[in-house]
Amino acid sequence: MTAGIVGYGAYIPKYRIKAETIARVWGADTRRIVDGLGIQEKSVPGKDEDTATIAVEAARNALARALINPKDLGAIYVGSESHPYAVKPTAGIVGEAIGAGNHYTAADTEFACKAGTAALQMCMGLVQSGMIKYGLAIGADTSQAAPGDALEYSAAAGGAAFIVGSQESEWLAEIKDTCSFTSDTPDFWRRGLSPHPRHAGRFTGEPAYFKHVLQATKAMLDKTHLQPTDFDYAVFHMPNAKFPIAAAAKLGFKPEQYKDGLLVTAIGNTYSGCSPLGLTKVLDKARPGARILVVSYGSGSGSDAFVLEVKPLIEERRGLARRTEDYMKRKTYLEYAQYSKHMEEIH
Amino acid sequence: MFEESAVIRWRKYTDRYRLIGNACKACGETYYPAKEQCPCGGKEFAAQQFSGKGRLLTFTEVKAAPEVFESKTPYVIGIVKLDEGPKVGAQICDANAGDLKIGQRVEAVFRKFYASGETGVLHYGTKFRPVF
Amino acid sequence: MVERKVAVIGVGITRFGEVWEKGLRQLLAEAELQALADARINPEKVDMIFTGNMCGGEFAGQEHLGGMASSILNLNVASTRVEGACASGSLAFRQGLMAIESGRADMVLVNGVEKMTDVSTEHVTTGLMGAGDEEWEGFQGFTFPGLYALMAKAYMNKFGLSRKQLAAVAVKNHFHGARNPIAQYRKEITLDDVYKSMMVAEPLTLLDCSPITDGAASVVLCNAETAKQYCEAPVYVAGSGQASDTLALAERSELHHVKATRLAKTQAFAQAKITVKDLDLVEVHDCFTIAEIMAMEDLGLCGNGKAGRLVEQGQTYFDGKTPVNTSGGLKACGHPVGATGVKQVVEVVQQLQGKAGKRQVKGAEIGVTHNVGGSGATVVVNVFKRGLP
Repeated sequence: MTAGIVGYGAYIPKYRIKAETIARVWGADTRRIVDGLGIQEKSVPGKDEDTATIAVEAARNALARALINPKDLGAIYVGSESHPYAVKPTAGIVGEAIGAGNHYTAADTEFACKAGTAALQMCMGLVQSGMIKYGLAIGADTSQAAPGDALEYSAAAGGAAFIVGSQESEWLAEIKDTCSFTSDTPDFWRRGLSPHPRHAGRFTGEPAYFKHVLQATKAMLDKTHLQPTDFDYAVFHMPNAKFPIAAAAKLGFKPEQYKDGLLVTAIGNTYSGCSPLGLTKVLDKARPGARILVVSYGSGSGSDAFVLEVKPLIEERRGLARRTEDYMKRKTYLEYAQYSKHMEEIH
Repeated sequence: MFEESAVIRWRKYTDRYRLIGNACKACGETYYPAKEQCPCGGKEFAAQQFSGKGRLLTFTEVKAAPEVFESKTPYVIGIVKLDEGPKVGAQICDANAGDLKIGQRVEAVFRKFYASGETGVLHYGTKFRPVF
Repeated sequence: MVERKVAVIGVGITRFGEVWEKGLRQLLAEAELQALADARINPEKVDMIFTGNMCGGEFAGQEHLGGMASSILNLNVASTRVEGACASGSLAFRQGLMAIESGRADMVLVNGVEKMTDVSTEHVTTGLMGAGDEEWEGFQGFTFPGLYALMAKAYMNKFGLSRKQLAAVAVKNHFHGARNPIAQYRKEITLDDVYKSMMVAEPLTLLDCSPITDGAASVVLCNAETAKQYCEAPVYVAGSGQASDTLALAERSELHHVKATRLAKTQAFAQAKITVKDLDLVEVHDCFTIAEIMAMEDLGLCGNGKAGRLVEQGQTYFDGKTPVNTSGGLKACGHPVGATGVKQVVEVVQQLQGKAGKRQVKGAEIGVTHNVGGSGATVVVNVFKRGLP
């Protein structure tokens, strides 16, 4: 296989709301929620931010590291469950904003929280087949949650972008392999005109998240003949902190392998941006030669697994754009009423 | 009303999204937004993309907004002097007026402006935020 | 160039404010008929009509005010609407002036009218942004209070104007407004009232801003040679200047003054052969308190950065050394945008005729009007004299 990441970029809005601020409004027990979900606070989009604006900044950061002409992008795919339009592509807005010209194929993808990694696989295929020179895959979301729903503590905003290319000399990380595990599972959904998603409560655990993440990971390890101990880093989709930690334990991964990518505790679940942001955070730090496992999860359900190996070029490129942590450190806390305005629950 | 037009903003997408103005081929002076005739007499221009880096010359917080921005109040507007020369009137985002200072460094970012009503088109463009 | 001189021989003005019972047409008719009555002429004497209006279409669904103005008077003469944002009234006045100067007309009726209170404040805010650069400033959510606040911040950063000095402009203009029977706010206010009023765009509070106003004003202009046939005390137009600057504020070379005012003033004062020392009163465009501060300096009433002190010392009251905005200005008299430029002429004429009642400037001989369109893209300055220039 010959595909690698030639540029990557992250973006997280500056606004945050603490779990305790939300809990206070609903009379919930903050301690129980923070202990249960492992989420202290989550990112919230600015009043002028949406999936398109998040995708653009992440894409610009990826371009800054890739040092390629945006017009050489042959494909742009934006994965999200909160595309600004039901009909009219986010990908076209991104293409215009980054100066990709007009000669590229584009589409928006949707697969709950794994729409971004699905986009990454699509770019890999196009690059590997020689159909395009570079492909841009983005996972970004301003996740919705009904006020008062358990999801309100985790549904966050952020995104990550990856430029995929086939020239080994341009890789910051090689994508060694990928595979997926997909089924028809009703754990979380949103009908066309509903403003907020719904979920099947505890059903989202064992038969949904765990089954798909574990099966995709096992398939990936079998396919690549690798063991958990062969990885320096592992990123599992993070709907909360408890699930990825439990999944890692079941699979035999250790805290030192997953702690760097586990940003859910600080910013919440950025849905399509979630495991991609875990990966950008690891790429911000990983040394050449490091091996990374990334496993996404999208309700409905499916998991995409990737094995990556960091290349030496990353050392001179990662400083060309803001790091994931730069965005994580920049924060302004909101009160619940301000949060409601940011989420357009009140106008 | 013109704000309900899906088309009116479309013809400036490129200029707005990517901060593209022009430069006079005769004297080299740069403009944002693009100019039709240079004070030097020049009529030929080349497209110029600005870096988006600049300095805040003046700013204020708008509390009483036009209809399409009502749900965004309060918000900050200002005039930014781009490093390449032109002065640009723009919203300053990710900041409260109280945190800003005349002369501080700002940078261009891509943001949403307004929606042409509940079911209308969304309009995007460039704002500036404090450099962090 | 041999030009004919022009005189104002009649004025008319409606009550300014929330005139619920009157629409665009009724306001315009009231001012027109009053002005003709004041000039003691029948409509048939009028050769041409110019009507200043900015937002008839936006706020009342009515464009084509030229047709309306002549229709009211049952006339078939040339009747034209003139638009230049908040300077529309002054532009209409200048069209009338030039028509008589050139010999095209002997008697011209000039109107200014605006009906603003039938729509919401947000709608007015949107409509008025048509006076700025819609494509760039309007898109960015700029508002007029916002634009003037940006200028105020730039001015304060340069010269260090105090909050008290800015507020003193509003207090003084309300003092004058309280003495003007047609003013929207016939009520005095204190510095504290200004400080405590709602913030609109820092540093400007609600009482730093001119209000939303309905109103109309008209003047009858005629060839100066025949003025005495109609009017015992005609007021003569001694000079007039108009200048332009960039539509968008950001493109101006400097943000703390209005260049077009300086250019228009230079033309008008040169034509009138006067200097700033000759002025007895000025009606300036105080859409916001900061605008009056800048106007005073741009007209040369004082040096740069000195206007605040002058206002604070009380020198700009009607009985002070340099009376400014004896009508109450846009601030207290009200600002029906298209009517304002004509209203300023009405005020100066009444002052020079000694008809300004409780706000009369004693022995006023020479007065100036200063009207701004947008944030300074269009400016008109006119000089009026009691005697034939």
